[in-house]
Amino acid sequence: MTKQSSETTKDKGLIMRAFMKSLPVMAGYLVLGIGFGMLAYSRGLGIWPPLLMSVIIYAGSLQYVAIDLLTGGTGFLATALTAAAVNARHLLYGLSMLDKYKNAGRKKPYLIFSLTDETYSLLVGNAPDKRNCRPAFYFWVSLFNQLYWVSGSLLGVLAGHFLPINTKGIEFSLTALFIAVAVDQWTSAEKHWPAIAGGICSILCRLIFGPDSFLIPSMITIVILLSAPDVTRRLRSRKAGSAADSHRKGGSSS
Amino acid sequence: MTGSGYLISILIMAAVTILLRAIPFLLFGGKRRPPALITHLSSLLPYAVMMMLVVYCLRNLSFTSAAGFVPELICTVLVVLLHLWKHNVILSIVSGTVVYMLLVQMVFV
Repeated sequence: MTKQSSETTKDKGLIMRAFMKSLPVMAGYLVLGIGFGMLAYSRGLGIWPPLLMSVIIYAGSLQYVAIDLLTGGTGFLATALTAAAVNARHLLYGLSMLDKYKNAGRKKPYLIFSLTDETYSLLVGNAPDKRNCRPAFYFWVSLFNQLYWVSGSLLGVLAGHFLPINTKGIEFSLTALFIAVAVDQWTSAEKHWPAIAGGICSILCRLIFGPDSFLIPSMITIVILLSAPDVTRRLRSRKAGSAADSHRKGGSSS
Repeated sequence: MTGSGYLISILIMAAVTILLRAIPFLLFGGKRRPPALITHLSSLLPYAVMMMLVVYCLRNLSFTSAAGFVPELICTVLVVLLHLWKHNVILSIVSGTVVYMLLVQMVFV
């Protein structure tokens, strides 16, 4: 107990700095959370399912999609596959955080659980302030972010319950978020072909497989296309090696 | 779907999500470094996946009537231009969503 209280007094400045760091995400999570809560409530999901989702799933895009899955009576296997497709990008976030989270100790499970798009975007860069390059700082930023998300969802559910607002169209908030992130990525990217490849693959798969089952084929084709340059480069260098080999052999036999 | 159906579906989605977030740490948590192809992919995939998610959000467009695609078209262009101009995520989201809600509730009913 004494240890804990001394830790809190020591960490006061750290919590404040973490709060400041989390501010850019606050507005976004409140807006998206309210949108999610209102939409979920207006589709008849009630009060606890949307809140439970924000606490234990904590993945904005999947939760929006989950409203359709739950109300549509989707099977458990299809639910799992859709969750995997929508959230597969989270595999990549962990790869860039391996070193940062390496010595996080007891905080590590929560840091991994709460690694959302927004938390990742806040923490992936190198902070100029060295005091902020600590698991405790990452932990508080992650926790503040989830508090915004859960509060937003709660506000949305309450708004849906008490204010008779027509929520039709509120789901566009998620579309708008992805478009905004895509625009940011486009303006900062050195190469544009991955984004173009992703768009074309997805549109083609949508046309071929229909609106409800094109995410998995899209993911597969995207991974194949994006790996292609790396794989062909390596094959070519290997072939160049073996060609030189066979040339040498051919040369010796003739 | 019943309450227990909701609960099971939510637990499944939570489990899948935490598994995806944990796999890199489970595989490469020690001294093992990710193979070159994985690091190559992880630098390029976010761009492609974001486009996929945009397409996913717009998956129910239909071109048989104006109401099936005009609101999405208008608001997508609005968000892109607004974001290129102001680079403010909240402004882009709120404007796009409000205009979209007005369009689908009042214009393209």
